[in-house]
This record gives sequence, C-alpha cells and structure tokens, in this order.
Amino acid sequence: MEAGTLVEWRIKPGDAVTRGQVVAVVETQKGAIDVEIWDSGIVDRLVARPGAKIPVGEVLALLRGDGKTAAPPATTPSAIAPTAVTAPVPSAAQSAADRQKISPSARRLAQELGVDLATVQAQTADGVISRADIERAAATAKPAAVAPAAGDWRAQMRKAIAAAMARAKREIPHYYLATDIDVTPLLAWLAAENAKRSVVERLLPAVPLMKAVALALREVPELNGFWIDGAFRPSSAVHLGMAIAMRGGGLVAPAIHDADRKTCDELMAALRDLITRVRGGRLRSSEMADPTVTLTSLGEQGVAQVFGVIYPPQVAIVGLGRIRERPWVTAGTVAVRQVLTASLAADHRVSDGHRGALFLAALDRLLQAPETLAEKA
Amino acid sequence: MNDAAATVRTTYREALRAALRDALTRDERVFLMGEDVGRYGGTYAVSKGLLAEFGDERVRDTPLSESGFVGAGIGAALNGMLPVVEVMTCNFSLLALDQIVNNAATLRHMSGGQFSIPLVIRMATGAGRQLAAQHSHSFEGWYAHIPGIRIVTPATLEDARGMLWTALMDPDPVIMFENALLYNLEGELAADAGPVDINRAVVRRAGQDLTLVTYGGSLGKTLAAAEVLAAQGVQAEVIDLRTLRPLDMPTVLGSLAKTHRMVIVDEGWKSGSLAAEIMARVMEEAFFDLDAPVARVCGVEVPIPYPKHLEEAAIPQVAGIVATALRTVGHHA
Repeated sequence: MEAGTLVEWRIKPGDAVTRGQVVAVVETQKGAIDVEIWDSGIVDRLVARPGAKIPVGEVLALLRGDGKTAAPPATTPSAIAPTAVTAPVPSAAQSAADRQKISPSARRLAQELGVDLATVQAQTADGVISRADIERAAATAKPAAVAPAAGDWRAQMRKAIAAAMARAKREIPHYYLATDIDVTPLLAWLAAENAKRSVVERLLPAVPLMKAVALALREVPELNGFWIDGAFRPSSAVHLGMAIAMRGGGLVAPAIHDADRKTCDELMAALRDLITRVRGGRLRSSEMADPTVTLTSLGEQGVAQVFGVIYPPQVAIVGLGRIRERPWVTAGTVAVRQVLTASLAADHRVSDGHRGALFLAALDRLLQAPETLAEKA
Repeated sequence: MNDAAATVRTTYREALRAALRDALTRDERVFLMGEDVGRYGGTYAVSKGLLAEFGDERVRDTPLSESGFVGAGIGAALNGMLPVVEVMTCNFSLLALDQIVNNAATLRHMSGGQFSIPLVIRMATGAGRQLAAQHSHSFEGWYAHIPGIRIVTPATLEDARGMLWTALMDPDPVIMFENALLYNLEGELAADAGPVDINRAVVRRAGQDLTLVTYGGSLGKTLAAAEVLAAQGVQAEVIDLRTLRPLDMPTVLGSLAKTHRMVIVDEGWKSGSLAAEIMARVMEEAFFDLDAPVARVCGVEVPIPYPKHLEEAAIPQVAGIVATALRTVGHHA
C-alpha cells in the first residue's frame, strides 16, 4: 500500500484522543478502514483534507500532549498493513437523490454507538432516520448490510489479491503438511455446551477450533510472526487473521487480537463482530495490519482439505476442511467418527517440516480435550 | 414579616401599575411620561391614579409627538433622570425610531462610554383586539435587531411586576413590550413580589419530547398547546425567552440538547424575524443536536386584518402550535 484517500475525520481540533481511538476513515485498496491513533493527546490541527489522496507516512494531523501546547507528533497511516491484500473500496459519493435522510443528531448518535447507518431503516413514511431509529438499531444490533456495490472496488480488490499472492508464490518457499483429526469429542462437548446456552450465546464449531489453533501456535513460535527484510520476527501475541469471504467475491483476513488469551465466549463475540463489520465494509486499521498468522476454513464449501497461500509478510497459514463422517480405526476396530483435515502451509525460510508437524500434532492433542479449551488462556 | 406563601389576586395591568408606583416611590429621579398617561390614566389604564398620587411633575402628559417625547426622555436620562416613557403601541413607535435607534442605542458607544441612558420605554404590542393593521403589529423582533438596547417582554404577572425596576437600574436603554392582550390577564401574585432578573430565559414547563420557544403574548397559548400535547402523550418543554436582546441561548440550547426538537412560536412575521434568528443560532451552535428541522409558528405575512376571524387566523393559535409540534415529533413512529 502506497497511498490512501481520506474519507472523513472522526475528530476535530481540541478533541482529546486516546490511543486506539478511531480518528479517521481512509479508503484503501483493501476497503474503507477506520484509522486508529497511536498516541494519546489533544488534537491540535487536522492537516489532511477529506477527499485527498495521501501517501503512506504523510502527516494527517497534529497532536499535542495532554494540556501542552507543542504540536509535533503526527498521525500517519503508515502503520496500516505491509502490503495490500484484499477488501472492498466502496465507491465514494452517493448521488444526492440516493442520499439517506438522517437527522444531524441521529448521525452523531450513530457514530457514538457504532451503528452502521447502512443498516438502519427509518420507521416513518417520510424516510428520515431519527435518533429513535438509531437507538432501535443499536439495541437490536442487526448485522450490517452489504457495502455499496460498484464494479470498481471489486477490480481493485482483485488487483490487490493478485499482487499479494503473486508475491507470496514468488518469494515464499512454501511447504505443506496435513493431518486428519478426530473431532468427535469436540463436537460432543460443543453440543453439550450449547445445550446449556440460549440461542444467541451458542458457539460455532469454528470457535474452539480457533482457540486450539491459537494455543498450538504458542507451542511452535516459528509459525507466528513476520518475515521482514530477510529476517524472521516472531510475535509474542497471537493475532489470528480470519479469512472471511466477501459477498460477491474477494476476501479479507482481519485479525482477532490475542486469540490465544480469549475465552470461547470472547472469541465468539469477536468473530460475530468481525463478520458483521467485514460485510458492512468497516474494519479498523489495526485489524488489517496486525494478523500474525492466518486461519482459513473452507469446510462449509465442502472441500476436504486446504492448501493455503501465505499472506506476506506472515509465515504460515492454517487451513481447515470440512468435518465429515469417516470410517476410523482405533485399536483394531472400525468406527464412524467425525473427522477434520487440518493443513499447514509454512515458510521454509523460517521453519522446517518437523516444526510444522509438531504444530499439527499439538492441534490434534488440544482438540482431544475440548473441555480444557474453554478455560485455557 | 411577610408570609412567603401569601399571594394577592391581581392582573397584569395592576402588576405594571404596582411596578410604576414602586419605582416612583423608590427614587425621585423616576418619572412617567407619554400620551394620556396622566389625566386619562393611560390608554390601557396602566397608570390610572398615579397622577393624583405623584403629581404632574412625575406623571406627565405629552403632545402626540412620539419623536418629541421619546427624545425628551433620552435627554432626561442623559442628564441623570430615570425616565419611563410610554408609547401607546409599538406601531406608533416607528415615529420615534430615529430617537431610539440613532440616539438612545448609539450614544454610549459614540461617546466612548461617557454617556449612559438609563431610559425605559414601555409600549404595547400585538394583535387580537380588532384594532386593524395600524394598531396591531408586533415589532419587538425588529427592535431586537439593534445593538445598544435591551428588549424585554413580560409575559407573566411576576415579570409585569418585576421587570421595570431592574430595567431602570440598567444603565442602557431598555424597551419593554407589553402584549396588549395580557393587560386583563388575572392570577395570583406573591404579596411581596419585587424586581426580577432580566438576563435569563425561563423554562415555564418541563418536558423531554420537544422544546417550544416563545415569549410575550404567545406564552399563554403555547402553555395551553403543551397541555393539549401532553394529553396526546407528547411532553413539551416551554421556554419563555423574556428578554429578546440579548437572547439567552444557553437556556434554549440546553433544552434542545435534551429534546432534540424545537418549535418557535412568535407572533411576528417570519421573514427576517426573531424566530429566524433563533433558528439561525441553532444551526450555528447546535446543528448536531437536531433530530428534526426546527419549525415555526408565526404571524401570517399580511398586515393584521380587521375582521375577527381573519385576525385570529393571522396570528399563532393553540391548534396551529399543536399541529406543528406533532409534525415535528412525527418521526417517533
């Protein structure tokens, strides 16, 4: 990524901002992303104008430290992701006629409550969205509607995917491993667990699988981190990039931060939130920049096994296929078991097949004791 | 001494008279002057009996020359008196506009602060008495355009009783607009009622669904409308501006920040009006508080008609305020 277009400011001069706060929306090849700020302070001046295309590393705004008058530290979008990968670039302005009628107060309330206006319906005949509509939307937290469609962003996204994947295949010497894992105990545990829960609290099978992958990665750190400037930089945190398919084509892989330290319930909430925002086209810059490894699940599409392509500068991608009933031999007896094929594509510059095999073995071992996954952090 | 809860039954007219009597008694620099204020007792009978009580030095009848006697009042104020000048209605005050706008409003500024004009001009305003166009207009919004003068609009017995003395104590000119329909307003007033603040708007009724901003002769109608709205489940907050210049916007915007919706009720015409000014300030200062466009119930843009039914149709009425308020909260499904 070399440049982005500033779509809108979420702050104004004089505002107090805290590290991690969303301060601007920037349109990139990967879509409109929320840019977070890396320092706390008072906004002194907004340098970049909405609509301007700004090179990475350029000053967007000036901050001053709390209560002080100096104004040097800058906010830049440079921390956004190493290379472009995927995601939608929603085409800019809607025509005046299509413009949603939203009261100023409702618009601000939506920002405060994080309600995606595209998901809000006015309740009255005049079609004006008011505060009451936003409050209702926030209360029901409906999943976001599809981002505005335009042929343009799809082509852009395809271009970005092409660049990243070509680089991966050109630069990264992949090696591939796969193993079949008996997930019957996992599914039994999940069924029992979900029986205790209300419909909204239920866990998807993906959740304990994510947890197990994250924990197994802690045991094999050579798979978790970045290859930058000819050297491996391991990451102590496991930020699991979740490959999520976009409706109508393309994909993104934003991070679920510290997946190894989250409980299953936290992971479920994070996953639901992430999918909602992916489909609404509202991701945060840190989610795009931070994944230390990627997890891709194509089982729903019916494939048995995934041969992943690593997303540079990451060094591994874990693939999960479909869970299916298979004849399974244990101690000389054939039984019908639920079986999942887990695969690993890893960067041979960083790790060897032996280490990759240890990872898959750890994953298998963790999945045999699902009840421990729930607690383990 | 006085029982705080003790009240007396009185009228707006009597409360104004009590204020005049109080001012004439408190300070010998105070005097009242205007057309028919002495022997006739005032066109609206506000000063009835004051001539006998205070003598013709302090309650002075004047010729029918608004420019002349308003100018005399300005001169007296410049020279240390505390004049109360009554102009029969604001319609005739236009003859004194040069004195008010070019002299009263400017001399402090043009003299670098050397001159004060502690003058109070009282005038009747508003329609509703079948007196036709030349006696029925509302010009308080016009006067509120002028820097250098303060505009007050007593709408209650307390303010009729209390605003005069505070206005006299203001070192600059104050114009008090008395809606002529209010003179017969009757009610209970604290026996010890006295001077009141003239800087602040007041919330006359609390509510959270929308804010009704009004003043003067429209306050009663607006409160009545709020009552009708309450019966329909809409809780309106009613603000009495009391002072039109300077406007107490913090009170108005504070209410808007709570209700997010606003209707302004102003008997003046819409174009270039006080209601327009309030809308403009809401746009400038509170745009993001708005959940619906600000609406106005104003005088119809015609000279106020003589026939009763047309006159009523030409100025804000309860039904119109209710309908506009319901439209403004209409987004609530």
